[in-house]
Amino acid sequence: MSLGLWRDARAALAADRFALGCLAVLATLGVAAIAGPWLLDYREDEIDWANMAVPPLASPGHWLGTDRLGRDVLVRTLHGLRVSLAIALAATLVAVVIGVAWGAFAGYRRGRTDALMMRFVDVLYSLPQVFFVIILTVVFGRSPLTVLLAIGAFGWLTMARIVRGQAMALREREFIDAAIVGGATPARIVVRHVIPNLAGPVIVYATLTLPQVILVESFLSFLGIGIQEPLASLGNLVAEGAAEMETAPWMLAVPAACLMLVVFCFNFLGDSLRDALDPRDR
Amino acid sequence: MSTLLEVRGLTVEFSGQRALRAVDAVDLRVAAGERLAIVGESGCGKTQLLLACTGLLAANGRAQGSVRFEGRELLGEPEAVGAARGRDIGFVFQDAGGSLTPHRRIGDQLVEVAELTLGLSRDQARREAAAALERAGLPDARSRLAQYPHELSGGMRQRAAIALALVARPKLLFADEPTTALDVTVQAGILELIESLCRDSGMSLLLVTHDLGVVAALADRIAVMQSGRIVESATAAEFMRGPKEAYSRSLLESVLTLEGVA
Repeated sequence: MSLGLWRDARAALAADRFALGCLAVLATLGVAAIAGPWLLDYREDEIDWANMAVPPLASPGHWLGTDRLGRDVLVRTLHGLRVSLAIALAATLVAVVIGVAWGAFAGYRRGRTDALMMRFVDVLYSLPQVFFVIILTVVFGRSPLTVLLAIGAFGWLTMARIVRGQAMALREREFIDAAIVGGATPARIVVRHVIPNLAGPVIVYATLTLPQVILVESFLSFLGIGIQEPLASLGNLVAEGAAEMETAPWMLAVPAACLMLVVFCFNFLGDSLRDALDPRDR
Repeated sequence: MSTLLEVRGLTVEFSGQRALRAVDAVDLRVAAGERLAIVGESGCGKTQLLLACTGLLAANGRAQGSVRFEGRELLGEPEAVGAARGRDIGFVFQDAGGSLTPHRRIGDQLVEVAELTLGLSRDQARREAAAALERAGLPDARSRLAQYPHELSGGMRQRAAIALALVARPKLLFADEPTTALDVTVQAGILELIESLCRDSGMSLLLVTHDLGVVAALADRIAVMQSGRIVESATAAEFMRGPKEAYSRSLLESVLTLEGVA
């Protein structure tokens, strides 16, 4: 990966104050999600019998109130954020690794190999994801791992398509011929000469995949086929909150605001990265 | 002089909606230490000739005939081609700047070639890489190793690309329009470099170009190619004095001079 390219991209990002703000918000939320639940006075599944469904700031220690079972909303939201972020990061990593390897190989080999590999992607694309998740939860039971598996199984498809197109274009460039003349094997060419050139689009797409995964996971959890009580994720917290919307609106507002903030920041950061890494501006 | 490269009846065809014969029964021979230039207009098949000899034809291309390097058949022999190219035959591409992978350090690319073609250890390969850059006339070879292609100027990138072809100290250099993408002053420097490399190391050259100025500076012998065939072959001196074929004459006459303008 090119230091020069990164230097340019960093300079472009540093000049983009809104993107920097998003990065700062995400970093803060990330640290809070990891450290918060340890620093605060309550555990995410701890019931405070004396303070049930108290609104924010009404009771000492419960800054953002409690839910109907007397569990601290702030702690549960941070805990849910941690689960959601962990699943998003893991699923995105799966998508990047499988998608890049699959797409780069198919695009480099072209011909029949490429046709077979990409038709397989098309077939997976045409499967309805929600049914697939339901089947998975029936088979493996409801756990974060099942959710990860379900999202990961589909997340790499778009990445593979993007990477394959880029790899096909790169393949026609002269440096590939030069590498062949230099004695590099096809595997080596894919790893050393094709994939490093894909860093820009891959990073941008990964940044845009993260919020997508968070939304899918939230959607699945909202439907009740994702993360399950007593584990919290932003999705099932929003679902719980929605049920109490009229009596305890803070139960909906806190996790929903957190979800929106995270998704917004990732999306905006992805767009800014796309601008910063755009090869046409290089 | 012993024959280094011998091409006999080489025919290159491309399949597709309209089948195309790019190279038609070409015979040619490059002796050790000889510099042969193939001249011809765009699309006459000269680049495909080089690609066919090194097994780099596009997927829909097919080559027939015989290409022998030091007596070993290369055509249709992937292992022989793999062993010869890089090590015995260096290749400088048309857009030499484009033959460097943009996201990798120049040093890494040179070291990779040295390791793969010469089987050197990393330390030895690093020394060879620096030496190749020096031979290619890049000042400050050591610090260039750490740079990325886009940090060099067009001429320096061309020199780095030539260094890439020179790492293994090949006996024969294929050069496909090595100066076309460069401006005139830089062209002169690159031509001088190739000339001195051939002179100092006794390396043979198979040069493909449409620029007769380049030919005059570099070649011992000239082969004129027209729609896939070699129509005339002569020593450079003979050719410049007076080509026999009408097509060669028209090529020579089409060179722009300043005389008519003033």
